[in-house]
Amino acid sequence: MRGRPLLFSSYEQDQALLNTTTKRVSVFILLFLLVLVPFEVLPGLGFLAEDSWLRILSTVAIFAIGGLGMNILFGLAGQVSLGHAFFMGIGAYVAAVLGADPDGRYFGLGLPIWIWLPAAGIVAALVGVAVGPTAVRVRGLYLAVVTLGLVFIGDYMFRNLDTITGGSELGRTFPPLDFRLWMEDEPLLNVSSDGAWLGIDLTSEAKSYLVLLVLAIVFVIFAKNIQRTRVGRAFMAIRDRDVAAEIMGVDEVRYKLLAFGISSFFAGIAGALLASFVGSVIPERWDLFLSVEFIAIVLIGGAGTVTGTLLGAAFVTILPRVVQDFTLWVQGVVDAGDSPMATVLDFVVATDSSDFGLVNTLPGVGPGLSVFQLNQVIYGLLIIGFLIFEPLGLYGIWIRMRNYWKGWPFTY
Amino acid sequence: MSLALAVLAQTTEIVPSAFWRMVVNGVSLGAIYAVLAMGFVIIFKSTQVFNLATGAIAAVGAFLVASAATIVNIPGRWMGEAPAWLQWGLSVVFALLVTAIFAMILERLFLRPMVGEALILLAVVTLGADILIRTITNDFIGLSARPMADPFGISQVGIGCADGGIVGSVQLIEVCSVRIPHTTIFQVILTAVLVAAVALFFRSSTGVAMRATAFDQEAARAQGISVARIFALSFAIGAVLAAVGGMFISMFPRRPSGVDNFTAFFAFRAFPAVILGGLDSVFGALVGGFIIGMAESAASSYVTFDFLGTGFGGVVPYVVMLLVLLIRPYGLFGTEEIRRV
Repeated sequence: MRGRPLLFSSYEQDQALLNTTTKRVSVFILLFLLVLVPFEVLPGLGFLAEDSWLRILSTVAIFAIGGLGMNILFGLAGQVSLGHAFFMGIGAYVAAVLGADPDGRYFGLGLPIWIWLPAAGIVAALVGVAVGPTAVRVRGLYLAVVTLGLVFIGDYMFRNLDTITGGSELGRTFPPLDFRLWMEDEPLLNVSSDGAWLGIDLTSEAKSYLVLLVLAIVFVIFAKNIQRTRVGRAFMAIRDRDVAAEIMGVDEVRYKLLAFGISSFFAGIAGALLASFVGSVIPERWDLFLSVEFIAIVLIGGAGTVTGTLLGAAFVTILPRVVQDFTLWVQGVVDAGDSPMATVLDFVVATDSSDFGLVNTLPGVGPGLSVFQLNQVIYGLLIIGFLIFEPLGLYGIWIRMRNYWKGWPFTY
Repeated sequence: MSLALAVLAQTTEIVPSAFWRMVVNGVSLGAIYAVLAMGFVIIFKSTQVFNLATGAIAAVGAFLVASAATIVNIPGRWMGEAPAWLQWGLSVVFALLVTAIFAMILERLFLRPMVGEALILLAVVTLGADILIRTITNDFIGLSARPMADPFGISQVGIGCADGGIVGSVQLIEVCSVRIPHTTIFQVILTAVLVAAVALFFRSSTGVAMRATAFDQEAARAQGISVARIFALSFAIGAVLAAVGGMFISMFPRRPSGVDNFTAFFAFRAFPAVILGGLDSVFGALVGGFIIGMAESAASSYVTFDFLGTGFGGVVPYVVMLLVLLIRPYGLFGTEEIRRV
């Protein structure tokens, strides 16, 4: 066995979560490294332990959960939904109603996280199944527009239900990630303030990161299990050819509803976690662009694969920071002046309102795109580029790299 | 104020009619949605591309009209003496042509390589294109609205008017049962012209070629029709219609001051019109556009319950769409896809 990692002698072996020794070893090394991130012990990666980077990594974990939900619906079951943001919003406000401080400004019951987090997912899933009958009746492109409508109707609802959502442009606070057994004052597991865990001093960012990492791992295993069992195979059959799937005995309506439900469950959890992690969110946060971001995550990562979705979530979430750091670096070079590099890069940034440049680093209006707009443009280009040149996304690139080295130095 | 109202009530029996105001507003909205939806359906029928970038193209078109009429001033800069309406009309024609070329380039760059892929993936490509174009266009537009410089301005035709009377030395404005903005009349006329033009075009030989391509691409190729050229042409026509829609959105009374960052977003409400009429029916798009426009206008003027809050008119298109889809999953005039297992 040792020398033949791809020899599977049973179905269970073939379908195992980590079916080769290499995968087992590399996944455990990766997990080990991820857990070590906030402790500043990794050589060369110490900067990741900064609070700003830990916040980004935590967001990656949350977006990974939401992205896995989108992957189940879009990647596995092949249903285009632009309504992901709506379900995230539902999850967030369920969490707020159940978990927020009862003495706060807006409505809240003050229940502990082990109630509000699952409830956020379950209510979102129920809404997903309730919307389902319309969604199952219409197919393909009609569905995209129906879910587009869902986002706009949801946006309108969230803006107007101001006793729950805080109202347009104002928003409300959400319950922190603290773990309580019931409504006691001192949480059993304090996440929202700095302090020691098991004798190790940690900032609240580091604590949130660790909690979200664990949750993300749980949902990755969940998603992987859906994919490799009967349900996942039924989804893929519907995606590939719905009539053929029904001929094989897959109940199309039931599985489509299930796909909607599971995807909304993930979205609800992700929405609740995002709102809880950010702390205060305006109702306009759950807009069309958030949905598009999840489509981008699935497409850039690689539709239909869990690994790809994780890569996509990391890529899409880290990209704005990288773009920002890059423009700041370019700005620095240009400001230092007088090197040939600075002359070239001067065309990239606009440092004052009369300067020509692709990106402007000034606050407010000016020539060129703002950093936020540049991010949007890059999203757009990446979605188009990946669809045209690499439909399997980052995962496809990884597979090609891996296969190249498998046969190296031979071509196949 | 109360004095003025009291005098007003005495001197005239004419009350501004909420109903007719709603109708005028609905027709004006309906023209916008109908034009956008028709452009969309023409593209979808002949190329199978579900063009989510319609709003972005509408914004590009409206922005080009605004620039051609004001800053760039083409062709006005060479014809100083010509009347304003002629200069503006030629600027619009110029801007529409540029938008058409822009859309053809878009199709060639992003959608031609994807021919034959799943419809859903084509739609997602246009979603990416939408983000790309919308962001860059909005950056060009900037934070403040750009005036369209149309010769209509905010002037309106009053119907059933009476003198408002005089209070002291102040002449009150006249009271009318309904006022129709000149822009609305312009919209209706231009929409009718465009519908007639599209209907005539479909009877020309190129139009027949386009219908053949929509029906069966391979068979059309076998008949010697250049499918690639038809694709480019349908994007050009679709873009012209989208640009006209964007221009309508940016004119009084929708946006009194011109094209701004919300123009592209507004066009999203044309999708319910498309779905309502049926994805592949040009006639359906026309009907769907006016139904949605009327419904939205009616909801904005009559549905004023407090619990509905603000902005209900904006979601009415989607609510109407959902209700119709529950009964007819392929819209009012869409081709029903028959499936049997």
